[in-house]
Amino acid sequence: MADSTIQYVAKNMRVDLRLIAEMITPGARVLDIGCGDGALLEYLTLAKGADARGIEIDMAEATRAVAAGLAVIHGDADNDLAFYPDGAFDFVILSRTLQAVEKPREVLRQMLRIGQHAIVSFPNFGHWAVRWQLAWTGRMPMTNTWNRGWYETPNIHPCTIRDFFELCERDGFVVEEWLAADDEGLKSPWRRSAQLANLFGEQALFKLRRK
Amino acid sequence: MASSWARTALRVFIGSSNNRHAGKVEAPAGWAYAFVVMSPILPFPEVAHQHAVFADGLMLDCGVPLAPLTVAYRTYGRLNAARSNAVLVCHALTGDQYLAETHPLTGKGGWWANLVGPGLAVDPDRFFVICANVLGGCMGSTGPAEKRADGTPWGTDFPTITIRDMVRAQKLLVDSFGIERLLAVIGGSMGGMQVLEWAATFPEAVFAAAPIACASHHSAQNIAFHEVGRAAIHSDPDYCSGRYWEQGRIPAQGLGVARMVAHITYLSEEALTRKFGRKLRGANAVTFLEDVFEVQSYLRYQGSSFVRRFDANSYLTITRAMDYFDLSAEHGSLAQAFAKTPTRFFVASFSSDWLFPTSESRALVRAMNAAAARVSFVEIKSDKGHDAFLLDEPEFHAALGGFVAGAAKALGV
Repeated sequence: MADSTIQYVAKNMRVDLRLIAEMITPGARVLDIGCGDGALLEYLTLAKGADARGIEIDMAEATRAVAAGLAVIHGDADNDLAFYPDGAFDFVILSRTLQAVEKPREVLRQMLRIGQHAIVSFPNFGHWAVRWQLAWTGRMPMTNTWNRGWYETPNIHPCTIRDFFELCERDGFVVEEWLAADDEGLKSPWRRSAQLANLFGEQALFKLRRK
Repeated sequence: MASSWARTALRVFIGSSNNRHAGKVEAPAGWAYAFVVMSPILPFPEVAHQHAVFADGLMLDCGVPLAPLTVAYRTYGRLNAARSNAVLVCHALTGDQYLAETHPLTGKGGWWANLVGPGLAVDPDRFFVICANVLGGCMGSTGPAEKRADGTPWGTDFPTITIRDMVRAQKLLVDSFGIERLLAVIGGSMGGMQVLEWAATFPEAVFAAAPIACASHHSAQNIAFHEVGRAAIHSDPDYCSGRYWEQGRIPAQGLGVARMVAHITYLSEEALTRKFGRKLRGANAVTFLEDVFEVQSYLRYQGSSFVRRFDANSYLTITRAMDYFDLSAEHGSLAQAFAKTPTRFFVASFSSDWLFPTSESRALVRAMNAAAARVSFVEIKSDKGHDAFLLDEPEFHAALGGFVAGAAKALGV
């Protein structure tokens, strides 16, 4: 299961890399959780002069990243964030992994404890194709994004854009920026309306801070 | 005396009535047999080791001054003009400074020749690689087997030493080269403990540190296995209360058993099974004769080749230093040991290593994270046990090589 999680993340990381990188200020201290082979870390180090570090659950990916000279540890969001000190990073990134962690709420809390800002992207379960398939066929949806059977999917905590807004409200996180994107990582025009974004956005990207 | 010697040695190292089958395993029992019949087992003849002498010596952690201090070492490659390309490699319990070349005593290749060499992860064409025999060792550095001012060996009078004392001795050597900051300090097992101690004691002198297959302290289980080895040495009649050299003896049986026990802890169950399984040495069925299984013969060979190159008192001294090692006790907490460290770290463990399991490495990584240190960590999948750090593990070599190359790039080396 771990292997497939990462193939999923790594495969998709490059397409929303640009959107995430736009949010990072030069010279920032960054932690990328689920960093895959470290493509984003390398980009942030070279292009933004960032002090970029990563956590990766898949051993082969982590080894590749370390062999490329990147500061990556083999670990995971659920178990390793608690060991970092408060405010250790300017940005903590969780790219398309939130839906696969064991305790999403705790992971978000930890991200905003150790980082000034959290950047979170996740596939939107409220997309019209997902709703349509469930409503029309009565079966679990199978789309480009949600492409694993219910019995083997690593994505155990799917949520919608509206769900995510609601959690931020409940836990006191300030949404500094948000946008919906299609599967290619291109910005969608529904960013002014959460309702429309929730229907037409395949991916969501949030930048949060503590209140 | 010599005949009792020979008998003892014969029993320990041959120990079998069916040695006509010995050619079938890698242990050259036939060779050992010929050797034993002709003469008692003796240490390898002494050779001169490259060394530096520090007249002022060291104040040891136990409060005893040790002067003068000799540090035997080897170097590979050239120190650059900026003195910024030095890589210190720390050896493990029974290793020595002959890291990447044929050993002058045993004739075997360097113990980390698969990692350090032209085109390898640590390339002497690029880096100035230093490896020193540890304080308390027996390959030329000051230790129990070396002679004091009065011409007699230290033996059991050698003071208690710590891993930090070993590191301080290495620091004297590094300073003597005019090196202010090492590009990297690398080591596995006890070598990894020295790496951690280097980073904790001399943080400004270590740009990058790679503690491999080690831990911040020795567990009760680690200590227990060491104690079995020490007990074996102490109970060997040839140990002579530690003054065996006076009798022209070595406690070969005790030291051999210590090595055998230790060697079991270096291997995983999978590795032993793959290597030997329950294979019998040429016999068709289990008999009540000794030395029936190939694994027995292998362990005997490990013990027998070891006793000729390693001093028993040195073994006692160094294993105690490992047992005393506890970085968090030294600093209050493990995170405190790395507080505000400027050093970048690469931690690696091996999945089948039960002597220094991954959980220990992970505890190190978490302490480094708590200190907001820059750290990389990988657990290498291997079924070879603790020994894997010395063996051909391409993923490990790629990761360590990448880490060292990244450090070199950051320093413009």
